[in-house]
Amino acid sequence: MNILKFFTAGSVDDGKSTLIGRLLYDTDSILADQLEALQSSNRKNDDGTIDLAILTDGLRAEREQGITIDVAYKYFQTEKRKFIIADTPGHIQYTRNMVTGASTANLAIILIDARNSVVEQTIRHSYIVSLLGIKHVVVCINKMDMVDYSETVYNSIIEKYKVLAQQLKLEDVTYIPVSALKGDNVVQNSGNMEWYEGESLLHFLEQVDTDHLDRSQLARMPVQWVVRPQTDELHDYRGYAGRVLSGTFNLNDKVNVLPSGASSTIEKIEFFDEELDAAHAGESVIIHLKDDVDISRGDTIVNAAALPQESKLIEADLCWMDARALDTSIMYNIQHNSKVTKCKISEILHKVDINTLEKHAADEFKLNDIGRVIVKTADALAFDLYDDNRANGSAILVDSRTNLTVGALMFRAAVE
Amino acid sequence: MSTYNFDYLDELEAEAIHILREVAGQFEKPALLFSGGKDSITLVRLAEKAFRPGKFPFPLVHIDTGHNFEETITYRDKMVERIGEKLIIGSVQESIDQGKVVEQTGKNASRNALQTVTLLDTIAKHQFDACIGGARRDEEKARAKERIFSVRDEFGQWDPKRQRPELWNIYNGKIHKGENIRVFPISNWTELDVWNYIRREKIELPSIYFSHERDVITRNGQLMAASPFLNMDDEDVVFRKQVRFRTVGDMSCTAAVESEATLIDDIIAEISASKISERGARLDDKVSEAAMEDRKKGGYF
Repeated sequence: MNILKFFTAGSVDDGKSTLIGRLLYDTDSILADQLEALQSSNRKNDDGTIDLAILTDGLRAEREQGITIDVAYKYFQTEKRKFIIADTPGHIQYTRNMVTGASTANLAIILIDARNSVVEQTIRHSYIVSLLGIKHVVVCINKMDMVDYSETVYNSIIEKYKVLAQQLKLEDVTYIPVSALKGDNVVQNSGNMEWYEGESLLHFLEQVDTDHLDRSQLARMPVQWVVRPQTDELHDYRGYAGRVLSGTFNLNDKVNVLPSGASSTIEKIEFFDEELDAAHAGESVIIHLKDDVDISRGDTIVNAAALPQESKLIEADLCWMDARALDTSIMYNIQHNSKVTKCKISEILHKVDINTLEKHAADEFKLNDIGRVIVKTADALAFDLYDDNRANGSAILVDSRTNLTVGALMFRAAVE
Repeated sequence: MSTYNFDYLDELEAEAIHILREVAGQFEKPALLFSGGKDSITLVRLAEKAFRPGKFPFPLVHIDTGHNFEETITYRDKMVERIGEKLIIGSVQESIDQGKVVEQTGKNASRNALQTVTLLDTIAKHQFDACIGGARRDEEKARAKERIFSVRDEFGQWDPKRQRPELWNIYNGKIHKGENIRVFPISNWTELDVWNYIRREKIELPSIYFSHERDVITRNGQLMAASPFLNMDDEDVVFRKQVRFRTVGDMSCTAAVESEATLIDDIIAEISASKISERGARLDDKVSEAAMEDRKKGGYF
C-alpha cells in the first residue's frame, strides 16, 4: 500500500466540500461520533439529508461563514491505498492557499459545475495545477443530476476543457461525470449514466500511478544535520543526515558536495540499525563519504555525473503570499531545502492574470499575484529546474521583518 | 537490500525523520514533549531513527498532571533509562502549589486545562524555541488545518488566521524572541497508521493500552477509571470491567473503552472496525463544537 496525495480546489458552489465529504462518507471514513456531531448540526441539505460539506470545514469562522478559508488536510484509506487530501478554497482571494495545497500533491481534482461548463475559476484552478507541476489531473464534471445526466452536456464540457489543457500543457487529464450530492460515480459507478464507460473517481484514485520511484539521474540530498556521536567507540564517526530529494544514491557512487564542489565517493549508507546498498528518493538516511570533506547543514550531496545548475541569478515564477506587497528594494531570505541565504527580487518580468492567462508588465506584486521574476541571491543555489525536479526546483521567501513566508518560487532558468 | 519497497509507513516515517532533523538544524533549544502516550512514544522511536548513533539534540519534557496512570510513569522511567536521554518534568502540582493555577472543583473537575500553564512555564523557564509534539491532523477538525511548524506567540497562543503557508517540504522555523514553534512530525499519520507502525517496529507500550480488568464508574455516558483523582460521590457506582484506554491523558478526563484486545493485532482489528474516534473518548473535546480550536488558541497542545 502506498500514499496518494491529492489536491482539490473549488468554490463552495461547485460542491467541492460535498465531493470530499462523499468520498469520506462512502468509504466509511466517518466515525460514529463525528457523524453524530454532523447530524446534530443545524446545517442540512434542502431535502433534509446531512450536509457532507461540514466535514471539511474546520475553523469556527469557516463554519459561521460556510466557506473554506484555509488548507485542510483529510485522510482516508481503502484496502489499496492511503489518501491525503489537501482541501483548499477556490476563490481568487485564496490563491495562496491553493498554491500551498497544490505544492505537495501528485494529483489534482478540478471540479466543473455541469450547468456552467468551463468558467473563469476553472481556468484559474487549472493554471495553478500547471504552475505547480501536478502530474495527474482529474476533471470531475459535477452536478450531473442537475443536467439530467446528459452525455451531450458532458461531451461539450470536455471539448472545451481540452483546449485549456492543451494551452496549459496538462498532459495527463481524465474526465469523470459525477454528482457529489447524490453519489454518482464518486465511489460507486452510477446507474444514471450508462453512457459513461470509465471508472468511478475512487477507483481511478486507487489505481493511478503515483510514481514514487524517481528513476531520474538527478540524485540529490540536502544535508540537514551532521551526526557526530564523539564517543570513545565512535570517535571518528561522521554521518550526513538528510532525505533524498530525487534520484538514487548507490554505494561507491561518485558524488559532489555543493556549493564547495568537493568530490568524493559514497562509502556507506545507513538507516538506523541497517546498512543499505542504495538510498532512493523519499528516504531519510545517513550517508558517509570516503574523503574527509567539510560538509555542514545547507550543503547538498549530488550525483557527480548529473550536476544541478548553480547560479546567483535565477528566473522563477513567484506567487506572493503576504498582505504586505513585494518590495524590490529590500532583502528577503530565500529558503531552498536546508539552505538559507539572502536575496532580492531584482526584476519583475511579467505578471499573469490567472483568470485569462494573459501576461502583462507590472511593477508591483501583491497578495495572491503570480508572475515571472529574477531572483538575485547572496550565495549561489544548487538547483534544478522545477519541471525537471520539483523538489530541488522550489524555494520559499521569508520576510526577515515578520518572519512570515511571503513567497513561493518555482525555478525556471538560470540567468546567464 | 537492493529492492525498493517504499510503502506508506516508510513514507510517513521518512517524512517524520526529515521534520525532526529540520528541528535539530533550525533551532537552538528544542524539546520533545513526551506524554507517555503512544504518539509521543512513536516520536521517540522516530528520533532514534533520525539521530542514532548520536544523542538526541533535545531533551524529553513531560508535563506531569500528578493525576497519572501509574503504568505510564513506570513506562516513562524505564524508557528514559533505556534510551539514555535527558528528561525534564514540568509539574502541574507545583503550579497549583505556587498559586499559578487553581484546581477545578465539582464533579467533572480535571487537571487537563491546568497543563497549559505548566507547559508555558516550562517552555519559558528552559527557553525552548521549538516543542515537538505527537498531535495528528486526523484527531480533530481544527488540527486538520494546523501546520507542521506552527508558530505560538509569547503567550503560547495559536492564531489560525495568521498561519504561515507551508509549501513542498520546506519548513520555515524563523521566529521572534519569545515566540516558539510547535512541531508535529506525525501530522499526516492517522490513529491506524500509528498502530500499524508500532506493530511493525515492535514498540513496547504502557500496559493500559491493552485490555485489563479495572474498577470503573460511568460518567457522562463514558467509562472512567475509579481513582482518588476523580471527584466521586454516593451516586457513583464502582464496578469491575474489562477495558483498555485509547489515549493516555490525565486520569480525570481519559475515558476507557470496553475491550478484550490484549494484543496489538486485536487493537488494530478493533480500531479498523471501530465506530468511535479516538478523541471521542476525551471529555475535554465535548464542551462545544469549537472546543479544540479554543484550547489550541490558548496554548494547549
